[in-house]
Amino acid sequence: MTEIKEDNVCQSGERVTENRFGRIWAKLKRNKVALVGGVLILVYVLSALFAPVLFPGSPSAPNLMKSLESPTLKDPLGTDELGRSILGRIIYGSRISLIIALGVVFVGIIFGIPLGLISGYYGGKIDFGIQRITDTMLAFPGFLLALALVSVLGVGIKNTVISIGISMVPLYIRLVRGCVLSVREEDYVEAARAVGTRDVIILSRHILPNVMVPITVQTSLSMGTAILFAAGLGFLGIGVQPPTPEWGAMLGSARSYLFHAPHVATFPGVAIFLAVLSFNLLGDGLRDALDPRFKI
Amino acid sequence: MSESAKPLLEIKDLRTRFHTLDGIVNAVDGIDFEVYQGETLGLVGESGCGKSVTALSILQLLRCPPAEIQGSVRFDGTNLLGLDREGVRKIRGNDISMIFQEPMTSLNPVLKIGEQISEAARVHKNMTRQQAWRWAVEMLRMVQIPGPNSRARQYPHKFSGGMRQRAMIGMSLSCNPRLILADEPTTALDVTIQAQIMSLMQRLKEEFKTAIVLITHDLGVIAEMASRVVVMYAGKVVEEAPVKEIFKDPRHPYTQGLLGSIPVIGRKEQSGRRLQEIPGIVPSPMKTPLGCRFHPRCPRVINRCCDQQPPMIRLAKHRRVSCWLET
Repeated sequence: MTEIKEDNVCQSGERVTENRFGRIWAKLKRNKVALVGGVLILVYVLSALFAPVLFPGSPSAPNLMKSLESPTLKDPLGTDELGRSILGRIIYGSRISLIIALGVVFVGIIFGIPLGLISGYYGGKIDFGIQRITDTMLAFPGFLLALALVSVLGVGIKNTVISIGISMVPLYIRLVRGCVLSVREEDYVEAARAVGTRDVIILSRHILPNVMVPITVQTSLSMGTAILFAAGLGFLGIGVQPPTPEWGAMLGSARSYLFHAPHVATFPGVAIFLAVLSFNLLGDGLRDALDPRFKI
Repeated sequence: MSESAKPLLEIKDLRTRFHTLDGIVNAVDGIDFEVYQGETLGLVGESGCGKSVTALSILQLLRCPPAEIQGSVRFDGTNLLGLDREGVRKIRGNDISMIFQEPMTSLNPVLKIGEQISEAARVHKNMTRQQAWRWAVEMLRMVQIPGPNSRARQYPHKFSGGMRQRAMIGMSLSCNPRLILADEPTTALDVTIQAQIMSLMQRLKEEFKTAIVLITHDLGVIAEMASRVVVMYAGKVVEEAPVKEIFKDPRHPYTQGLLGSIPVIGRKEQSGRRLQEIPGIVPSPMKTPLGCRFHPRCPRVINRCCDQQPPMIRLAKHRRVSCWLET
């Protein structure tokens, strides 16, 4: 009798965990706009992964015979001033942009989450110190901070990632700290302290999982911002350097031919626009889907 | 509870105050009591009289600042207030553990029950993950949760209030502590579940020889569980007595008032006689009245109550009262 009961309990337990992710997915699926964002991101990711298949040959090899050609069947988006296929460069450029975006949120998370947790949990002087540094960093517009950092560190993919990443860190610190401030007062945190759990474990096992939702949303939004910032740095010529196919740098060099061959600037711009838009749409959708207060 | 034995926990002149923007709040204002091996001490009083703060001060679970704890809390000879963070952490959950009032919010919603119960064993007994998990399942079995194997794998939202409180009790017992601070363990539960939890605690107490400080405002619970009672009012101890005596012969007017306000089911009240109450409310800990803190509400107030604090008068070994009427 007891065993039968136990089996039932076990099954229903598994069903609920399945349902939890199922429900988040169902909510996300109902949000058509977020779904469009997700599909677009998937397109970018796939084109980044299969770039050599989609575009055989080098995206950076010049062919001056075909300089500034309008879109044709062979080069659907036309060619740039050095006769390189714009479609090919956009496809390879999605690799660069996605790598930069991932690197940036990685830097932001690696520094931002621990500092935010410590700042929020311990409070007092530690909190004061971390928050004043954060204030100082937030006083600069994000892009300006990245610009200043890159001018110190120098150009290149690595330095682009580091400088934009550092400019993201204060956002994560603020976000995480704010959430920790409310979670640390929960009874279960006190209960964990009452059994003698170490602070590290309390922070990582009890508090962090309870603040993951806003972090997830912020990460999606930050990816979009990172792509925009990286393109901005590329456009100004202090980000990723030519001939690496980077959207912002493509835009920058196309500027000179804006009237003569507008397609050269238009398509990389559209690529940037759609990438940023799709991450923002997905972020918004995730916020709604992960918020338990919005019921379907 | 032999009379000559050394107390397990000895609290002397414990003062806990909070520095707030509105001023200093004296939540606990110089209390002393002791707890002996294996006994259950009831700590009684109205809401806001400092019962919970006393428990939190013993384990130093209050944030300092704003809290400030003074006095001495001797546990088995060592003064807990003199220990550093790490020293206190090793005591928590291992020698002294705590059961909280709100079982619905005292378990982390994102961790499995088994993980939460096994935490104490992993921290203090150096068990591996698997060992601690099996231990947690045993604990669930001990607190009579049916199907402990599968229940340990579930998240708290699958548990009812009573089951959560059982899980909390299992968690607090998992390192076989010598003292449990039970802060209103049954207040949030309905009456039938209360009775189950109480009998469970009683049974486990006898099995493990654990001492319990039972914090409550429910005198029925006290009558059933405690062997000795300490009555608190506005941050001070007003009376201490063995449980039988407190019901038979309460000395302090406050204790008399508390006992008078218990409804007795089945007793025919004469027409016109209402259930007694204590008039007024507990004074704010920021503005405690001069003299005896109970005097504005006391039915038997005399002149000297208004400006002089009554001394603690010891009537017997575990019988003391703080009231001018006893002098």
